[in-house]
Amino acid sequence: MSDLRLILAGLGRKPLRTGLLVFAIFIAFLIYGVLAAFQSSLENAAGPSSSNRLVVANRINFTQPLPLAYASRIQNVEGVADVSYSNWFGGYYREQRNFLLTFAIEPESYTRIYSEYVMPEEQRQAFIANRDSVMVGRTVAEQYGWKLGQQIPLSSNIWRRRDGTFVWPVVIRAIYDGKDANTSTGSVFLHYEYLDEGRSFGNDTVGIVQIVTSDASQNDAVAARVDAQFANSRAETETLSEQAFNAAFIDQQGNIGLIILGVTGAAFVTILLIVGNAMAGAIRERTGEIAVMKTLGFTSNRIGRIVVGETLLLALFGGLLGLGLANLLTNVLSGIPALNQFFGGMRITPQIALSAVGFMAALGFITGAIPAFNAMRVNVIAAFRRI
Amino acid sequence: MSDSDLIVLRNIAKTYRRGEESISIFSDLNLTIPSGDFVAMMGPSGSGKTTLLNLLGGLDRPTSGTILFDGAPIEKLSESQLSAWRAANIGFIFQFYNLMPTMSAARNVELPLLLTSLSPSERKKRVKTALEVVGLDNRAGHKPKELSGGQQQRVAIARAIVADPKLILADEPTGDLDRTTAAEILEMLQLLNRELGKTIVMVTHDPAAAKYARRELHLDKGTFEERLT
Repeated sequence: MSDLRLILAGLGRKPLRTGLLVFAIFIAFLIYGVLAAFQSSLENAAGPSSSNRLVVANRINFTQPLPLAYASRIQNVEGVADVSYSNWFGGYYREQRNFLLTFAIEPESYTRIYSEYVMPEEQRQAFIANRDSVMVGRTVAEQYGWKLGQQIPLSSNIWRRRDGTFVWPVVIRAIYDGKDANTSTGSVFLHYEYLDEGRSFGNDTVGIVQIVTSDASQNDAVAARVDAQFANSRAETETLSEQAFNAAFIDQQGNIGLIILGVTGAAFVTILLIVGNAMAGAIRERTGEIAVMKTLGFTSNRIGRIVVGETLLLALFGGLLGLGLANLLTNVLSGIPALNQFFGGMRITPQIALSAVGFMAALGFITGAIPAFNAMRVNVIAAFRRI
Repeated sequence: MSDSDLIVLRNIAKTYRRGEESISIFSDLNLTIPSGDFVAMMGPSGSGKTTLLNLLGGLDRPTSGTILFDGAPIEKLSESQLSAWRAANIGFIFQFYNLMPTMSAARNVELPLLLTSLSPSERKKRVKTALEVVGLDNRAGHKPKELSGGQQQRVAIARAIVADPKLILADEPTGDLDRTTAAEILEMLQLLNRELGKTIVMVTHDPAAAKYARRELHLDKGTFEERLT
C-alpha cells in the first residue's frame, strides 16, 4: 500500500505527461479491443464449430461442387457417425443490397448435427416436413420483421430457376436462436431438395458435406479415409476440421488475423517506444529524488519495483479504459441488425479481455524494465554532486 | 572504545581514482564521537568533509580501516544491509532540503516510516509529533513549493528525526538559508541534541553555525584539529 502511494506520487509529478501516456495506451487498447472483437465475430459468422465435426469440400476450392452421391458414400466410411450436406445459395431479400447468408441444406440431418441452432421442436418438424420452408435466425427475422408462417420472396444471385426467374418463394416455418452468445443467428436455411429440383443447372451437386465422427480422436483417420476414397476421381476432396474450414472461409475476406496483428503490433511498438522513452526521461529527472530515497534506506530493488509499478499502473489504467470503451463500442455496433447479421454480435469475449490484460502487463513490464534498471543503478554520491 | 561511543573511526583511508590518477582524501583518519555529541565539521573545500559524512552514513565505503557504529563494523555490510541500517539508525539533513515535490509535508516526513513495520495510524501519530517538534504541524498538508526555505528545512529535520535515529547527519543544513532562518534551524538542531539527546554531525563552512555545536572538528590535509565551542 505504501508503495502504491509512492507510485502515484511518481506519476503525479508531471500530470500532463502522465495523461498523454495514458491516452496513447488507451488508444492502442481501444483499437485492439475493437479489432479482436471484429475477428471473433467473423469467426462466429462463418458458422459454429465442434471438435468432432469435419467438412468435406472439393480439393480445388470449396466453391467448386461435389457430387451429391458423395454424401451417402461418406456415410459408410469407418468412424463416421452422421452426415449432412449444404449448398451456398447466395440469397438476398427483395434487393441485392439486402444480402442474406443463405444455405440450402438437408434439413433433418443438418438440424440434428447443428444442435447450436435452438428452436421449438414443433417448428423444427414443420421446417423439415415442408419443402418450401425456411429456417431463419432470430437476428435476420428481427431485422426484416419476419414472422412464422410468412411467405417471403427469397432471391438468389446464383441459382436461376427452370422458369428463368431468380426468385424462390419460401415460407418461414422456424426461427432459431443460438445456444450461446457466440452462435450467430444471422443465417437463413432452405431445403436442398427445393433448390435442386428447381435450379436450372448444377443439379445433384452440393457445396460441402458435413461429417460427425464417432470420436474427435478419430478425426484425422476419418479425414484420411474420406479423401482416399475420392482420390483420382473427377472431384477429389479435402477434408478439414470444421474450425479449419471456417478459418479458410474467413481468409477469403483477407487475412484478418494478420491485419489485426499488423495494426496492433505497430501500435504496440510505437507506444512501447513512447512510454519507454518518456519513463526513461522521467527517471532521469528524478535522479535526485531516487538518491534521497536510497539515502533514507530504500533498497535498489524496492525502487526498481516502484518504477515498474508506475509503468504497470499506466498500462493497466490506459488499457482498461481503452478496453472498456471498445466493449461499449462493440455493444453499440452489435445492436445494429445489419452488422449483427454478419458479425454474429461483435463483443469483447473473456478470452479477448484476458489476452488484452496480458498485453497490458507485458507493456508495463517491458517499458518499465530499462527505467527501473537505471533507477536501481543511481549512485547516491554522484547524484548529490549533480544536485 | 567506551560504551558511550557511538562512532569510532579507526585508521580510515579513502582514495578516489580519476582516470589514471589516484587521489587520497585521507590516509589514516581516527575519530571517536560519543553518543549525545553535537559535532561541527569544518575545513576548506576538498578537505573531505562530505566524504567523511558519506562514510558515516554508509553511503560510501572506506578504502581501508574500520567504522564502528554502536560497537559494530559497518564497512563490510552489503548494499541492502546498509540500506536497512541507514533506515534504522541515521537521519539525513541536506543543504537543499531534497523533499519530494509531489508529496505534502506530512507525506515527506512519513517516508522513512514506510521502511518500518509501523501501522498507518502509528505512522500518522509519529509524523504529527515530528511536525510538532519542528513547529509545522499546521502546514502538514502543504507541498514543498508552498513552503519557505526555512520551513522546507524544518520539514527535512522532521523527516530526519521521525524514525528516531541514533545519529543525525547534516550537510550544510543552513547553506541555502538567510541568517535569521539559519539561526532558527541551528537552534532547533541544538534543541534536538540537548533535549532529545540526538547525536549530530554537521558539516558547515560557517563558523557562526559551528558555534551551536558542542565541539568543532577542523579537517585539513587528512587530519583533525579539535576546538571546543
